[in-house]
Amino acid sequence: MSAEVNPLTVITPRSRRRRRVGRIMEGVATSAALLAIVVLGIVIVSVARKGLPAVNADFFTKNPVPFGQTGGGIENAIVGTLIMTAMATAIAVPVGVLIAIYDTEFAPPQVAEMIRLALNVLAGVPTIVIGIFIFGLLVAGSGQSAIAASIGLSIVMLPVIARATEEVLALVPTALREGGMALGATRARTVITIILPTAVGGILTATIVAVARAAGETAPLLFTSSIFANTVVTDVHQAMASIPLTIFVDSESPSVADQQTAWAAALVLMTCVLVAGIIGRLLSLRTRRQIERAR
Amino acid sequence: MTLRGVSGAAALLVVITLAAIAYKVIDQASSAISIFGLGFLTSSEWNAVTNQFGALDLIWGTAVTAIVTLIIAVPIAVAIGLFLSELAPRRLRAPVGTLVELLAAIPSVVLGLWGILIMGPFLEAHIEPFLSSRLGFIPLFGGTPSNVGLLPACFVLTIMVVPIVASISRDLFDSVPSDLKNGALALGATRWEMMRSVAIPQVSAGLVAAVMLGLGRAMGEAIAVTQVIGDTPRRGWSLFGQADTLASRIASQYQGAATALQTSSLAYLATILLVLSLLVNVSAQVMVRRIRRRMGT
Repeated sequence: MSAEVNPLTVITPRSRRRRRVGRIMEGVATSAALLAIVVLGIVIVSVARKGLPAVNADFFTKNPVPFGQTGGGIENAIVGTLIMTAMATAIAVPVGVLIAIYDTEFAPPQVAEMIRLALNVLAGVPTIVIGIFIFGLLVAGSGQSAIAASIGLSIVMLPVIARATEEVLALVPTALREGGMALGATRARTVITIILPTAVGGILTATIVAVARAAGETAPLLFTSSIFANTVVTDVHQAMASIPLTIFVDSESPSVADQQTAWAAALVLMTCVLVAGIIGRLLSLRTRRQIERAR
Repeated sequence: MTLRGVSGAAALLVVITLAAIAYKVIDQASSAISIFGLGFLTSSEWNAVTNQFGALDLIWGTAVTAIVTLIIAVPIAVAIGLFLSELAPRRLRAPVGTLVELLAAIPSVVLGLWGILIMGPFLEAHIEPFLSSRLGFIPLFGGTPSNVGLLPACFVLTIMVVPIVASISRDLFDSVPSDLKNGALALGATRWEMMRSVAIPQVSAGLVAAVMLGLGRAMGEAIAVTQVIGDTPRRGWSLFGQADTLASRIASQYQGAATALQTSSLAYLATILLVLSLLVNVSAQVMVRRIRRRMGT
């Protein structure tokens, strides 16, 4: 695979040109990868530079102040995002894991295929459409609430968790399954006592990735939890503030103070999401290695 | 309650959710559908005062942003896929791949914030004047530079689409049997000739599916686009001008909708978006399935 010239190669102008074209195209591909990394770096550095000056203890522990005053923080948005993401996770993880179990352990192949297709289609539904769906289903009659928003977020999380869990379940060696059955365990018991514990690392990874995704989603919250008080709300039947929506609203404000808040909130959100992304990635490599070793 | 029954019910829930989404979205759009009919698709009027609504300008905006985004993003993404699969030194593959995937993890609202406050002004001050002075004779690059508009929207979407298409292309290129790749190299092909004549044709159907998924993402993104596109419906060729897309219009107007008909018209936009995303995603899935069957896995 090396680019060194074989001494037996006859060098003609044509072969020289072919090598030159090859080198140019390899350079192009390398610069494309470099470009992606540079863009990632630029975004991270500019969010950090703009956001850092406003990130202090008050930012996490105080609520927004009325327009024109200085100081304040986004405690209400942080609490709101934590609560809504937690509720969405509590819905999406059990359902997603169950779907994966059905698909890998019980479903006839054709049914499993169909459910996989449905999951992929659900993953492709624009999140703004999910927002409108939840608005029509839960908000139009009874008003905005954190519960409605969480259900919207859980629909975003569901395909992520189900597909990733299915992948790890499929990696669990058949020998383990057969071993369980041979000991006289029922299929359900085999799944619960043998397969799930083996795959728990993978499920955790999927959960982390999905939580990171949901925590940064804005569109499902726009119609379900966007009219809220500037105080910490813990009643799930009321709308709650959230970090993404704070960024969204403040990013379009002409006020420099608002933009500053948006940058700081973006820094907090981006840091959490990227750290989660890296942890998820490292965990998934480890799980994969462990399961492969068990084979 | 057996595990089989409970898990089967969960699986059924996916199908029910999909059906419920379609039903509820169309249901909310029903009054707009009955009043405007299919004429909604060909009218560019969007006027809350006269209660006249149409989607033409928004369909235009969605099409232009999606097409321009794919034109920029697909070559870059496929090149990254080739780099990660064929060119990168083994030790660099995992870290570079992770960095590219992290780009997809940045929340769209953060990209939008960066787009409106940093990239937009930069484009307005440096890139757009340059393009318009050198290439202004092309309608795409005519017009007055602006910090919001189609071009920033396309760039932000490109940042979102590239990692998706790149990681699928990498997996595709990895799946090409190394016998084929080595065979081409042994016959004297350069690495680029091997990629062009063996690797890319082997996975071309998969690449099309990857592009479809990227298209779905580009069409459906509402938040980041509404932050940078200017929210002004317009049909025109200049990439510097403001515009609006189906998704971004819903995001920017749903709360402030003045009349029930306007709310319903926004749900009509969501219906169009839903139909488009179903078409794109299902055809991508069908394509992937066909490839799998051909490869016998």
